Amino acid sequence: MRKLNKLTIFGLVVVAVMASAALFAPFIVRQDPGAIDLQNGLMPPSASHIMGTDSLGRDLFSRMVFGARISLSVGFVAVGISLIAGVIFGSIAGYYGGWVDSVISRFIDIMLCFPAFFLILATIAVLGPSIWNIMIIIGLTSWMGVARLIRAEILSLKEREFVEAARAVGASDFRIITRHLIPNGMGPVLVSATLGVAGAILTESGLSFLGLGVQPPVPSWGNILTEAKSTLGIAWWITVFPGLAILITVLGYNLLGEGLREHFNPHRKQ
Amino acid sequence: MVNYIVRRLMGMVPVLIGITLITFFVIHLSPGKPTRLQAEMSPKISLEAREKLDRLYGLDKPVHVQYWEWVKRLSAMDLGKSFVDERPVSEKIGERIPITIAINVLSLIMIFLVAVPIGITSAVREGSEYDRISTVFVFIGFAMPTFWLALLLMSLFGVNLGWLPVSGIKSIDFEDYNLVEKIFDLIRHLALPVFVSAFAGLAGISRYMRASMLEILNKDFVRTARAKGLPEKQVIYKHALRNALLPIVTIIGLSVPGLIGGSVIFESIYAIPGMGKLFYDSVMARDYPVIMGVLFIGAVLTLIGNLIADVMYAYADPRIRMSGR
Repeated sequence: MRKLNKLTIFGLVVVAVMASAALFAPFIVRQDPGAIDLQNGLMPPSASHIMGTDSLGRDLFSRMVFGARISLSVGFVAVGISLIAGVIFGSIAGYYGGWVDSVISRFIDIMLCFPAFFLILATIAVLGPSIWNIMIIIGLTSWMGVARLIRAEILSLKEREFVEAARAVGASDFRIITRHLIPNGMGPVLVSATLGVAGAILTESGLSFLGLGVQPPVPSWGNILTEAKSTLGIAWWITVFPGLAILITVLGYNLLGEGLREHFNPHRKQ
Repeated sequence: MVNYIVRRLMGMVPVLIGITLITFFVIHLSPGKPTRLQAEMSPKISLEAREKLDRLYGLDKPVHVQYWEWVKRLSAMDLGKSFVDERPVSEKIGERIPITIAINVLSLIMIFLVAVPIGITSAVREGSEYDRISTVFVFIGFAMPTFWLALLLMSLFGVNLGWLPVSGIKSIDFEDYNLVEKIFDLIRHLALPVFVSAFAGLAGISRYMRASMLEILNKDFVRTARAKGLPEKQVIYKHALRNALLPIVTIIGLSVPGLIGGSVIFESIYAIPGMGKLFYDSVMARDYPVIMGVLFIGAVLTLIGNLIADVMYAYADPRIRMSGR
C-alpha cells in the first residue's frame, strides 16, 4: 500500500508541475516561442537554449512550455465536454430505464463500434482542424465510458431509501437526479475523468503530429514532433523532449487516477 | 451453439443500421456540400458543371433520400467512387484491407503470447520484485504515445543501427527473392510496425490477465485443488488459467477498434500501404467517398471482431451459450 501512495504522489507532483508550467508560461520562458532565428537553426541544447532549437531557430524550451498550455487545455476542455455528455446520457438512461435506456444503451454500443481515431479523423476532414474543433470532437467521441459508469451507479442507487424519501417529499425527477443521484455517483466519474485527461492529451498529440490537430505556428507537443521525423539522426532533442513531456504527463494523470480509484474503492483490502 | 450465433447475428442488425446513420451523419456535418471542395480544387469549373457534379452524387436531393440511396448502394457493396482517382472505393479499400488485418492479427498474437505469461507470473508472485517491475512497465506502456515510440524505434533500428528498413512492407527487388528470402524480407519490414501496434495492448492485456488471475486464485475450487495435494503447477496452469483466460478473450475482442484506429498512426509513419494510410491520405485530400467507406468498414470490422470474441467465449463457456443471456 505504501508503494502505491508514493506513485500517487508522483502523479500529483507531475500534474501540479505541468499545470503551473501551463499557467505561468509567459513568466517561465525567456524567449518568444515564435521568434524565428534562421542563423541558429537546429542548435543542440546549450546555456542559451536549454532544449536546443528547431529548424527555424525557435527556442524549443519556450515552445515546450507554451505547448503544455495547449495540450493541457485541450485535455481539460475535451474531458469537460465528455463529462457533460456522459453524465446527461448516463443519468437519463439509468433513472428512467425502459425504452429510453434501451435507446441510449444501443447508441453507446454503436458509438463504441467506431475506432475512435477513425471517427475523430473523419470529423476533422469535414469540419477542418482547429483547436476548438479538436476539443469538441475528442469530447464528443469519448463520453461513452462515463455514461455507462453513471448509468450503472444510478441503477444501483435509485431504489435506495434516500431516493424514495426525496420522492415522498415531492422532489422532481430533475432534482432527484442532480441533487441526490449524481453527487453520490461522482467518485468513479472523477477517476475516469482523470484518466480521460491522459487519453485526450495522447489523442491530441497524435492528431497534431499527423498535422490534423493544433495547427502551426501555435506550438503543441504533438506538432513539435512532426518535425522530428525529418530530423531523425540529426537533432535528437526535437524527438526526445516533446515525447518525454507527453509520456510523463500522461503517466502522471494515469497514476493520479489509479490513486483516486484506490481511494474510492470500498472493497479494497488494506 | 448455432442458436447462439443466430441470436447474436440478429442483435447486430440494429447496430449495423446505427453505424450507417452515424457514418452518413458525420460526412454531412460539413457546412457546404462535399462536391464544393472538389470544385474548389479546379477553379475553372463552372456553376453548371458544379450542379452536374451535385446531381451525379445525388447531393441535390433531400437528406433522407440521399441516405436511403446510399444505404441501397451500400447493400450492393457499392461504396461510390474516389474523388481523387475515380476508382471504386470498394476496390481501393479491398486491396488495402488484407495488409491492415494481417498486421493487426500478428500484433494480437504477439499481445497474447507476451501479455498472458506476464500477467500470470505477476499474479502468482503478487507483490514480488517481478510484479513491481512489470507494473511499472504496464504504466509506461499505457502512457506511451505510439507515434513517439514508432519514431524512437525508427531512429534506433533504422537510422542509427541500420538493422531494419523504415518504410514500406517489402524491398524494391522483392520479386527476385526466393521464398525464404521473401519471408525474411517481410519479417524485417513488419517487425517494427507489429511491435508498435502491439505495445499499448501489451500493457492493458497483461494488467487484465493479472487481475483476472488474482481473482481466480482466491476462488474455492483453487483452494480445493491445492487441498487435495495437486502440484502447484497443475493448479495454476490447468485449473486456474483456463478460467482466468475467459474474460481476456472478450477484452481482446474489445481492443480491436483501438488496434484498427491505431493503424492510421503507424501505417503513415512507416509508409505501409494499408487501410490506415489510405484513410490518412483521404482525410488530407478530403476524399469523402473513401473517408465514408473506411469509416464504415472500420466499424464493421470491429463488429466482426466482437462477434468472433463472443463466439469464442460462448464456445469456451457453456453457461453463456445455454442461457438466453
